[in-house]
Amino acid sequence: MQPRPPSRRQISVEANVVADSSRCVQCGICSYNCPIEIDVRRHAWLEIPVSDSHCLTCGQCVARCPRGVLRFERSPMFQTRSPEEK
Amino acid sequence: MRRHVLIGGGVASLAAAETIRAQDAAAEILLIGDEPHQFYSRPGLAYWLSGEISQSFLFPFSENDFRGLNLQRWRGRAEKIDPAGQQVLLSNGSAVRYDRLLLATGADSTPLAVPGAGLRGVVKLDTLDDAGAILALARKARSAVVVGGGITALEIVEGLAAHKVHTHYLLRGARYWSNVLDEAESLLIQQRLTAHGVELHFYTEIEEIMGQKGQVCGVRTSDQAQIACQMVAVAIGIQPRKELAQTAGLKTARGVLVDETLRSSDPHIFAAGDVAQVLDPHTGQTYSDSLWSSARRQGQVAGLNMCGIPTAYLKNFSLNVTRLAGLTTTILGAVGGGSRDADLAGLARGDSESWRQVPDARVVEQGGGGDRLRLQVGQKHVVGALVMGDQSLSQPLQDLIRQQVDISAVREALLQPGASIAAILHPFWTQWKNKHAA
Repeated sequence: MQPRPPSRRQISVEANVVADSSRCVQCGICSYNCPIEIDVRRHAWLEIPVSDSHCLTCGQCVARCPRGVLRFERSPMFQTRSPEEK
Repeated sequence: MRRHVLIGGGVASLAAAETIRAQDAAAEILLIGDEPHQFYSRPGLAYWLSGEISQSFLFPFSENDFRGLNLQRWRGRAEKIDPAGQQVLLSNGSAVRYDRLLLATGADSTPLAVPGAGLRGVVKLDTLDDAGAILALARKARSAVVVGGGITALEIVEGLAAHKVHTHYLLRGARYWSNVLDEAESLLIQQRLTAHGVELHFYTEIEEIMGQKGQVCGVRTSDQAQIACQMVAVAIGIQPRKELAQTAGLKTARGVLVDETLRSSDPHIFAAGDVAQVLDPHTGQTYSDSLWSSARRQGQVAGLNMCGIPTAYLKNFSLNVTRLAGLTTTILGAVGGGSRDADLAGLARGDSESWRQVPDARVVEQGGGGDRLRLQVGQKHVVGALVMGDQSLSQPLQDLIRQQVDISAVREALLQPGASIAAILHPFWTQWKNKHAA
């Protein structure tokens, strides 16, 4: 059984776009397709999540990347942690 | 203060510059490049050709990013290296001294040795200017001939098709990319090309490019047929730009020979990217890649060693994700094929010698509906995979192959005739990933 991807709601409130930089060739399609002009490509180069607060999590960059570099991943920021982990 | 001179303006040099700067805030870094443009994405040129991005999006670094690296950039040619004097002679007649030197000069496409190869309208796809020239010709051309193999040939074919240029693709043998793809995979690509209006000519090569007033007007083929065209694109492989290393007396073969620290036969000179031929200390073999991710990693490793931090470049597999006739394709590890491909003289761009290794493994394949999956299943590991179309197993296989995950628990199931590879590997990978993350 394939793992269930995060729901649209989970993505919009909990997830960030993250990159596997070993797949990225800096073609720029992600940045080109971002409706609010976030330089997603630069995040992929620096291997950091797109944590820009303006990110709509619309998924254009994830869908358009021709190399499967980008994906949504739940940010640990809002995940419930047990008291021992805090 | 140590002075690092980096020759070449591509990803290997930039990665080395970033690494050196991160290690040594005071180091002097001079980047020498003969490209008239700042650092751009060479693989991105394919998407510019196909109209998916505009030219301005090909440049990953802003001026601000360059300022952050605090490096000097000099545009021009490095003419000669003087290893004894530790200096590089430049095309403007001056010389620059180095403590450590990186050769990241890349590779040029191999020219086609036929009469007429120097005519206007004969193009290649090495640089941004080459892509611009193809686009300019494609706007006027009615038909084109493409020769060669691997990824670059198809990037050109698809770029021309996107501009409604009737394209003849000439193949010397019976099928496309015969030393990486198997017959079914080649057939899948060929069928898609034909469906897109590309005319395929098998067992065909160019004997002469014909011209009129210095401009291409057609080709004569080995079977004495003539094809009228206004452009001829050549993608028959690449040659590492190793002349500087040769004249400096460094050890070279196909490329500049370097050890696992990317150091050449001169202790002060390193090489990375397409020009490097790297030793694998485990096997004693050397290998070359023409992959962005390898070039970047090699630049980083060379940068660390240039700063005096001993680091080995250990390669456990090669990865590329590309599009072949519009079909997303992931190639991982050793996929076999071994035999020579008549359409390529050596490596192509986006290519790896390691893919051609014929592993001691059993082939498991699955296909249908335009998708195809082929695994090389070794005794304990998946050692190679080729994923065409549906990419849901691309990332899992990347993890399983890169991390050399022991698949003994599912190997027998995988080898059963008609096994559903996804149904077996997905839960196995998920379980491994969860355990790995814990």
